[in-house]
Amino acid sequence: CNKMIITIYTSHIYKSIKTCHMHFKILARTPLILPSLLLQTSLSVFRLQDFSVKRRFSDFLGLHSKLASKYLHIGCIVPPAPRRALWVRVKVGKEDQSSNEFVEKRRCALERYLMRTVKHPVLLKDPDLLQFLESPELARAVSTQALSGAGLMRMMNKAADAVNKMTIRMNESDTWFEEKQQHFENLDLQLRKLHGSIESLVCHRKELSLNTCQFARSAAMLGNSEDHTALSRALSQLAEVEEKMEALHNEQANQDFSLLSELVGDYVRLLSAIKAVFEHRVKTWQKWQDTQILLQKKREAEAKLQITNKPDKLQQAKDEIKELELKVSQGERDFEQISKTIRKEVTRFEKERVKDFKETIVKYLETLLHSQQQMIKYWEAFLPEAKAIS
Amino acid sequence: MQEGLDDGPDFLSEEDRGPRAVNVDLQTDATLQVDISDALSERDKVKFTVHTKSSLPNFKQNEFSVVRQHEEFIWLHDSFVENEEYAGYIIPPAPPRPDFDASREKLQKLGEGEGSMTKEEFTKMKQELEAEYLAIFKKTVAMHEVFLCRVAAHPVLRKDLNFHVFLEYGQDLSVRGKNKKEKLEDFFKNVVKSADGVLVAGVKDVDDFFEHEKTFLLEYHTRVKDASAKSDRMIRSHKNAADDINRIASTLYTLGTQDGTELCKYGLIPGHTGGGQREGRGGKIEARVAADEDLKLADLLKYYLRESQAAKDLLYRRSRALVDYENANKALDKARAKNRDVLQAETSQQICCNKFDKISESAKQELIDFKTRRVSAFRKNLVELAELELKHAKGNLQLLQSCLGVLKGNT
Repeated sequence: CNKMIITIYTSHIYKSIKTCHMHFKILARTPLILPSLLLQTSLSVFRLQDFSVKRRFSDFLGLHSKLASKYLHIGCIVPPAPRRALWVRVKVGKEDQSSNEFVEKRRCALERYLMRTVKHPVLLKDPDLLQFLESPELARAVSTQALSGAGLMRMMNKAADAVNKMTIRMNESDTWFEEKQQHFENLDLQLRKLHGSIESLVCHRKELSLNTCQFARSAAMLGNSEDHTALSRALSQLAEVEEKMEALHNEQANQDFSLLSELVGDYVRLLSAIKAVFEHRVKTWQKWQDTQILLQKKREAEAKLQITNKPDKLQQAKDEIKELELKVSQGERDFEQISKTIRKEVTRFEKERVKDFKETIVKYLETLLHSQQQMIKYWEAFLPEAKAIS
Repeated sequence: MQEGLDDGPDFLSEEDRGPRAVNVDLQTDATLQVDISDALSERDKVKFTVHTKSSLPNFKQNEFSVVRQHEEFIWLHDSFVENEEYAGYIIPPAPPRPDFDASREKLQKLGEGEGSMTKEEFTKMKQELEAEYLAIFKKTVAMHEVFLCRVAAHPVLRKDLNFHVFLEYGQDLSVRGKNKKEKLEDFFKNVVKSADGVLVAGVKDVDDFFEHEKTFLLEYHTRVKDASAKSDRMIRSHKNAADDINRIASTLYTLGTQDGTELCKYGLIPGHTGGGQREGRGGKIEARVAADEDLKLADLLKYYLRESQAAKDLLYRRSRALVDYENANKALDKARAKNRDVLQAETSQQICCNKFDKISESAKQELIDFKTRRVSAFRKNLVELAELELKHAKGNLQLLQSCLGVLKGNT
């Protein structure tokens, strides 16, 4: 059973006053026998193996790019990498709140990404992934700048694909695929909606925290100006309770984000990988069909040549037909293979999804539980103060 | 369906709120009891049924009801304010105008957007908005009732003739709202008053009690105003968050039902639909917390904002009377010096003196009563606020524990 565990740490490297790179140290822990590139041989002994390497964010994007180009078109759901935020720059030398938060978000996202990737039984065997995890030095991924030439090319290819997709209509003989596609479309809709609501909740809770803080200060001032001593004290206590609530709300908002929002966001992106995989299947089918049509044409042409007396051309036609016949069988095999792979992948994905959601929801509910327990403590301390007003 | 999740303690019933939350702790007096027994909300006005029970001889019957609108309450309040005899009393603040505009707008928007959402969503949102409308309605009824109860509890104001007419006269009082000219007059009157108020406030009072009260009230009023505004904002955020939780709940529920067949295989139906249900109930509890905070905290602060303003007004009237008295004194001295119109000046001075003394005497008692009322109202509401917060937090806790139990047990 595959139980590699990935932990990611961050460290900044200052190259000069102006340039600061963020490095991520990956600690990969595995009890599994792995074909190791370094040792050039399979580990014959079951031992706990720790790999520790340093990587840049662009390295992760490079890894994903390689895996996607190798496996998406044969039907594997390759987990998408975290997106590069175009507008955030980590300030050099500054340890301010927002950069720390940004770094932490990124670190978490990378950890989740890598964990999902190594959980995939096919991807785990990939030499590029293993090199990523083990090799101390890694060739810099060059084409991952968001607005680089390669980036633009990718965007254009995506657009072209979108146009193609609109024009391909496949005769679906397998209802399983039709059902699944519909299912994923619905899921996509619901998850996007959910994501929107969760982001709204995070925003409102942060607002609540801020407003509670302001109210607490105002209540304290009111307590100060109240001339009845017991009431004055009670109002100050109220102000203190509200200050504590402010902290609770803030913490809860963070949990809303890091647990719920990120989870749902990840799955929205995963669903687009699934969509891509289904599309590749359609393309594979199209390719097979096109080859069949070409073969048919060549056969008709050969039939015509039979009548005329052109032995060279006839032989050429026969050769081409043989080639095409091979291609057609290959095309059929490819289509069947990708269909089979997708079925397996989807089953695995659904199982993982259920587990993932359940684990995260449990964790989230536990944070809610904790904050309610705190709230009870605070209000229970306040109640006697309020009752003491005479 | 999991039993544990459906049968919870009854945290969500409307009824346990008790009778309409009256802010002010008032003595109920058998000789005159006033309440609002019913209210009807029509398109742009609210009709209150004012019900009176009295053993006083002034009234024709012992128990009777009339229908009044907001403008008639304002007329009554203004008649108190304009009555010189009541200058020495804190006039109970007028109830705020019923404001359903925001709620009505939301209902309208909902109606327009009906096509773009599912039937369940529409019904749910409609229920929420209707509940909100109901809450605002209940509040405005409570505010109007408190005003009447304060008047009925006041030893002098309860005897006012206008008040009796208000309570008893079966027909419409034909009190129209102020027209533009009158509103403009009011505006100028207020400008003059506040300018005057500043001048008058500057006059230092010989009497320690009043000097202290003046300083106290000025500061207190400002602080209460600020606290009231901040509490409103805090509660609004809370309501927004509760709305979000409800939306999340309904999406989770849809997800749960759609996924039904898949999750069935992994035995997680309780988990997902439980999640949706829990979020739904959690959302309802959050909304309740916000609503209770609104009632106990925000309304309390708003009410005392208005009361402290009324107390300030009293002090202003007293200072005004003091200034008049001092001016009359000066006029008397001048008259004596010139030996002209002395008798007239003497009478005028005597009147001012009496007026000032009368106001001072009753004002002292009023301000002491104000403090007592304030302390007791704050105590009541703060205690109830804490108790409600605890109740909801405990409810939430139980819900979370049972949900976690179900989820964890279903590995």
